[in-house]
Amino acid sequence: MNLIRDYAGKFIDSMGRMSILFMQTLYWTFHNLKSGKFDFKNLIEQMSRIGVDSLLMVVITGVSTGAVLVVQIGYQFAQMGAQSYVGGVVSLAMARELAPILTAIVVAGRVGSSIAAEIGTMKITEQIDALETLATNPVDYLVVPRFWGCTIMLFMLTIFTNVVGMIGGSIVAVYQIGLTFTSFVDSILYMLLIQDLMGGLVKASIFGAIIAVIGCYKGFSTVGGAEGVGKSTTDAVVVSIMMILAVNYFLTVGINNFNVAYLQ
Amino acid sequence: MIIVSNLHKSFGPKAVLKGVNLKIYDGESLVILGPSGCGKSVLLKHIIGLMKPDSGQVLIDGEDVTMFDQKKMDALRMRMGMLFQSAALFDSLNVEQNVAFGLRRHTRLSNRAIHHIVSEKLEMVGLPGTNYLMPSELSGGMRKRVGLARAIAMEPEIILYDEPTTGLDPIMTSAIDELHLSLKERLGVTSIVVTHDMNSAFRVCDRVALHFGGQIVEIGTREDMINSPNPMVQQFIRGEAQGPMTQL
Repeated sequence: MNLIRDYAGKFIDSMGRMSILFMQTLYWTFHNLKSGKFDFKNLIEQMSRIGVDSLLMVVITGVSTGAVLVVQIGYQFAQMGAQSYVGGVVSLAMARELAPILTAIVVAGRVGSSIAAEIGTMKITEQIDALETLATNPVDYLVVPRFWGCTIMLFMLTIFTNVVGMIGGSIVAVYQIGLTFTSFVDSILYMLLIQDLMGGLVKASIFGAIIAVIGCYKGFSTVGGAEGVGKSTTDAVVVSIMMILAVNYFLTVGINNFNVAYLQ
Repeated sequence: MIIVSNLHKSFGPKAVLKGVNLKIYDGESLVILGPSGCGKSVLLKHIIGLMKPDSGQVLIDGEDVTMFDQKKMDALRMRMGMLFQSAALFDSLNVEQNVAFGLRRHTRLSNRAIHHIVSEKLEMVGLPGTNYLMPSELSGGMRKRVGLARAIAMEPEIILYDEPTTGLDPIMTSAIDELHLSLKERLGVTSIVVTHDMNSAFRVCDRVALHFGGQIVEIGTREDMINSPNPMVQQFIRGEAQGPMTQL
């Protein structure tokens, strides 16, 4: 019982601290935009790093998912004479769920861990203290560019995952299932709506923000030496993925309700 | 003037500072001696506002820095420089970017002027021409000297040195001590030095304080310390394994 109480206490404490970090990030963002001191150079560096680090894994994940989906549903639909829907169904599954979730998981593993390791190492080698003695707020200098870099790049990478997923799916549909390329594309254009794409992209951006906040928080809370950095890195990935999966449900419900209320 | 008044700090059940009282006069070099783990670095971190005390005050020019908000603290930190025990260079930035960090963020100097200042400071610490090396390419002693160049880049009024000569060879230790003395003479810098190196301590100090058991147990000039009847002072100066500091 005490163990459960301890875990619950730690969980609530961590969530509170992450929320404070998130609020501080927003504060420094608007403060810097207002005072014209926003460090766009640092943001672009982070965006390019996050994009380059994740691109190959995102391509492999997207192509493979699109191809496997077509294999899984292609034959079933063909048996029912519904093969003309394959492209549409695959594109809907990719755009609404699979592309944002899988991209986020890949980025959490690749970038979330690297953010936690980098900031964690800075913490234990007194570099965070050094930043403060140079009159520089660590949230401003370290978190703001990573937060917006992750948020923007998750949006971009998810577009990329959708595109390569469709390409992978179309190749399998044409060469293995025997569909024509035109019918595959026509089905996508018929079934996939802009709100399906946008809903997925909004989710992806929120997942990016979650990965950055958790990675930075775990980095800042690193204690000890190399072992502490290793623990923070692992925790950042595990907590990010759990949080993404949990938040995904609520976002999906929210986006569906929004679509029903305003777009249908 | 810096006044540390009745400063207390605990980490969990462990009390590290138990009512530290200290006065540091403008332009003086105060060396704080004490055994490892007694809280000397913690004391320095309170003076520059990196840690908040459980109780007590740190007054700089009459203002209590423990009550400062972020803006006032940043303004104070622009007047201070700190050399860290591990140098704390930013791994992802080269030497020039490290030394220029404060100048780029808090001044409107041109790139050329900043480059000139950085080169001048690197020359002062005996590392000319190392501008574009990365911290990973530097030895421990070189890293420490780059850390010192970064601490003095903004020409601070107060410099805090956390074990400035640890890991340096005797020649470089003397060079750092001379640099310390020249900064004091040229700019009237107030220095607080935490060190174990007795030779270095006696070379640069105006006064020496012995920190032990969470308090300042003795303070005075070099001669006062050498002639002190306090057995703790004598044990520490002589580096004896047996004595009152090891019996407690």
